[in-house]
Amino acid sequence: MKRVYVNEKWCLGCHLCEYYCAFASTGGKDMALVLKDIEISPRIRIEEMDGISFAVSCRHCDEPFCVKGCITGALSKNDGIITIDKEKCIGCYTCVLSCPYGAVQPSDDGAIQKCELCIKTHAGVPQCVLGCPNGAIVFEERGA
Amino acid sequence: MCSGLSQRSNRVRGKGCLSMQYVIIGNSTAAVGAVEAIRRNDKEGSIVIISNESHHVYSRPLISYLLLGKTDEHRMKYRGDNFYRDNKCELMLNKTAVRIEPEKKQVILDDGTSVSYDKLLVCTGSSPFVPPMPGLDEVKNKFTFYTLDDARALDNVLKENMKVLIVGAGLIGLKCAEGISKKNVEITCVDLAPKVLSSILDEESSAIVKGHLEEHNIKFYLKQQIAKFEGNIAYLSDNTEIEFDVLVLAVGVRPNISLIKDIGGKTNRGIIIDERCRTSIPDIYAAGDCSESIDISSEEAKVMALLPNAYMQGECAGMNMSGVDFVFDKAFPMNSIGLFGLHIMTAGTYTGEVYSDSEQKNYKKLFYSNNRLNGFILIGNIEKAGIYTSLIRERTPLDTLNFELICKMPGLMAFSRKTRAEKLGGIKNESIGA
Amino acid sequence: MAVNYIYPEYEVVRNYDRCIACRVCERQCANEVHEYLKDIKKMVADDSKCVNCHRCVSLCPTRALKIVKTDHTFKENANWSGKSIQEIYKQAEGGGVLLSSMGNPEKYPVYFDKILLNASQVTNPSIDPLREPMETKVLLGSKAQNIERDENGRIKKVMPPHVELSVPVMFSAMSYGSISYNAHESLARAASELGILYNTGEGGLHEDFYKYGKNTIVQVASGRFGVHKAYLNSSAAIEIKMGQGAKPGIGGHLPGAKIVGDISKTRMIPEGSDAISPAPHHDIYSIEDLRQLVFSLKEATGYTKPVIVKIAAVHNVSAIASGIARSGADIIAIDGFRGGTGAAPTRIRDHVGLPIELALASVDKRLRDEGIRNNVSLVVAGSIRSSADVVKAVALGADAVYIGTAALIALGCHLCRSCHTGKCNWGIATQKEELVKRLNPNLGYKRLVNLITAWKHEIKEMMGGMGINSIEALKGNRLMLRGVGLNEKELEILGIKHAGE
Repeated sequence: MKRVYVNEKWCLGCHLCEYYCAFASTGGKDMALVLKDIEISPRIRIEEMDGISFAVSCRHCDEPFCVKGCITGALSKNDGIITIDKEKCIGCYTCVLSCPYGAVQPSDDGAIQKCELCIKTHAGVPQCVLGCPNGAIVFEERGA
Repeated sequence: MCSGLSQRSNRVRGKGCLSMQYVIIGNSTAAVGAVEAIRRNDKEGSIVIISNESHHVYSRPLISYLLLGKTDEHRMKYRGDNFYRDNKCELMLNKTAVRIEPEKKQVILDDGTSVSYDKLLVCTGSSPFVPPMPGLDEVKNKFTFYTLDDARALDNVLKENMKVLIVGAGLIGLKCAEGISKKNVEITCVDLAPKVLSSILDEESSAIVKGHLEEHNIKFYLKQQIAKFEGNIAYLSDNTEIEFDVLVLAVGVRPNISLIKDIGGKTNRGIIIDERCRTSIPDIYAAGDCSESIDISSEEAKVMALLPNAYMQGECAGMNMSGVDFVFDKAFPMNSIGLFGLHIMTAGTYTGEVYSDSEQKNYKKLFYSNNRLNGFILIGNIEKAGIYTSLIRERTPLDTLNFELICKMPGLMAFSRKTRAEKLGGIKNESIGA
Repeated sequence: MAVNYIYPEYEVVRNYDRCIACRVCERQCANEVHEYLKDIKKMVADDSKCVNCHRCVSLCPTRALKIVKTDHTFKENANWSGKSIQEIYKQAEGGGVLLSSMGNPEKYPVYFDKILLNASQVTNPSIDPLREPMETKVLLGSKAQNIERDENGRIKKVMPPHVELSVPVMFSAMSYGSISYNAHESLARAASELGILYNTGEGGLHEDFYKYGKNTIVQVASGRFGVHKAYLNSSAAIEIKMGQGAKPGIGGHLPGAKIVGDISKTRMIPEGSDAISPAPHHDIYSIEDLRQLVFSLKEATGYTKPVIVKIAAVHNVSAIASGIARSGADIIAIDGFRGGTGAAPTRIRDHVGLPIELALASVDKRLRDEGIRNNVSLVVAGSIRSSADVVKAVALGADAVYIGTAALIALGCHLCRSCHTGKCNWGIATQKEELVKRLNPNLGYKRLVNLITAWKHEIKEMMGGMGINSIEALKGNRLMLRGVGLNEKELEILGIKHAGE
């Protein structure tokens, strides 16, 4: 199972992953057109302080508390990827309360949002990984 | 393993190679958790689900969202239409289990028939509790607010400008208030407790929530009891008269424990279960709102009627029923609710020292003692609240992280570099990176 | 200071239609050119701080940025260029020696660009490198002088020590200190994967990199920094640095501020003390003196490693090389006047030395004329920009080349020539932790491997076209070269015919 791994040693805190993420979820053609004058709400987010920075996005846990705790059944895990059915989600944020990584966020549309490894928009090629200039975010198979 | 659930893989079959018969009484969250766990281990055994309702499994907490129009009866199904077929479950709707005969290993239904089991799960949930109130019998439009049928019935009578009296300013009462607010009705809420959401909020936070609800035109009479009803007028203990068209009773719920209690199984408020969700009777498990287990944040036995717990207990029961030793010992209260756009999150127990930080409708209180986080209350800014939750769930020693920082803002930054490397997977990357 | 004499050299051009104010330019510019104005939610730039390193341009996700040379001019003057005038302003203001980095950028002839390669047609079939074996391997070191036989008449094996390269390209000396740890790691890992060598420069060898010893040239320079027995023995070859193409006759000076932590440890000097490499080696004033150092180093390493003597190309380079070839050295490295540097006085860099092409041709000829060419291998440096330059250098007589600037460009260097500021935005020529981490060696070393692998393919194709199937057969093969636009003297020195001849 390929997953997104983050190595803070190489994170520059440039926040590009956030922009590539925000852009990816729109499905738009040109980032300048899509993200101009808006406050982005990415699914991957940088934590930074005192020269340390790292990106956090859904870990697609083996024991996903968000899925188990979801009151609507909107969150589910299939083929190792946790996805959100926005139709079903009513925005109770139990998943926000459950996620040990802080990787689930309220979304502008009233539902929640989380990293779905770009399976809905980019055939499962995470755009944050492509957008990272320093290999701090990688998408790879690491066995168990 | 990333969670607190531990698992040992020593599958044992009850009766040699014969196919197992699993029976589940109840058709809600815990039942789904159990079915999904059983099917992970046993693709063949038969599963019978007995439900006294007539519906495909739905999410009970969604009934208020149904009235609000945020969901509909199709979308509020907790699992897809093919759930029972895909998991090879036999669903018996509109049947009530009236008795268990543990010696014969069978369940007797209200129609006199019996269903035999190898492993039985009782997840009967709870029922609204209506205390005796003089004159209540004569009130015409009175409802509880617990099931889909309750919600449909209430929805049918509500009309614009009606006056609705809700007895109970707890979770159910207030979610009901929000749910029906769209109908342009006048809502009054009465509660014996001196504050709203008294079971999960402290005074300050409760006051914030109450103020917010009042901004949305909900009227409160707190620390008040209903002395009597006379037709469509309620008289409070201080003689206040409240006229209403519709009455909603949301005083509280009681776990449905009789099936186990009647046959001598250990019960308290709920059915007592161990960390493998076993009752005191062999081969009978219990899970969800009807059960009582240890709250790790207070180390006391409690009924924790919460959907996430119900699922995880059901899952734990299902794992053990299908022969995989599985422990769920991470139960604790947690609630996430939105009321008119204001989000409230609470978890654990409110004991110990307090860190607090509030500003208008943003409110934060963390409770800690003995180097552990016991509980928290958040209102407004609920970003990354799950990180606090995980500190309770994992009983994380607070001296292993930057507690001062995490108090201010939950984040992985407060953990050690090594912990972060493990959590985000970078630790292996570093070894690759030489 | 009321009068600002210096007008910014570059303008940061931002297309506000495309700028989404993501602030990556601001976060990534160590020169603090960009700034986000919260009130008006707009990015602005201070052109005067821009060094034109393209970090912001490269990272801007919407291509909203470009850097252009300002069209602000002085009154036209064929003699007094804007650059000359600005330099005077700078010196009038600061009173200091002008400092520069990387190689000589001035308009001197680039002889490589005036030399063309031959190809086979009809009578001498070309070779398809995809179908037929093609040897790019070279061995560097002194060749055995004559055949010796034992008492039974059997040939004695007396082969001096050699190093083997899979392609005739090595990474030239860049010290840990002048470039970052991550740049060093990238070079070391790439050399190791490619089967070539990299060079420590005069900064010692960080203990983390001893494991790449088989692919390491350790340098001994006039400051002797970081030199000890284990250092010498960890290597594949030892280089005595007499001079550097970018600053012939000049020593080095790494300010005390940069001598911190691991750098101080690796150089074996106290933190905060200036690392001064004298202009000459104070124990070398003759070829005889040099010979003593060569043999000291051989003695210290049990005659197991070839010794390289590196000099800057200066006017009497062939006579000096002749001396070195007799000093016991196994390899001579010659650095041309376009060679790079982390910092050099501008006047020295831009006005001293020789083009490497001429130096190489004259040294090769001199050594052949004197019959001592086999004493040594010749390595040339000083702006080898492509595989074509490599092929031309080999045909002019080189055994191999050193690349420095090209390697750094592969790592992301944009030749902004601001290494001396220590604020390299690409994490190469800097020791600032937050900048160093911008060069992830996991990515960097792969880019170097890609570059050299690509060159290797190209070298094979060019050799194949000439009908030559090994570097050995190309070496000194000046018939494969023709000059264009060169005068007779130049052709004579290069030892090549003019195109058409």
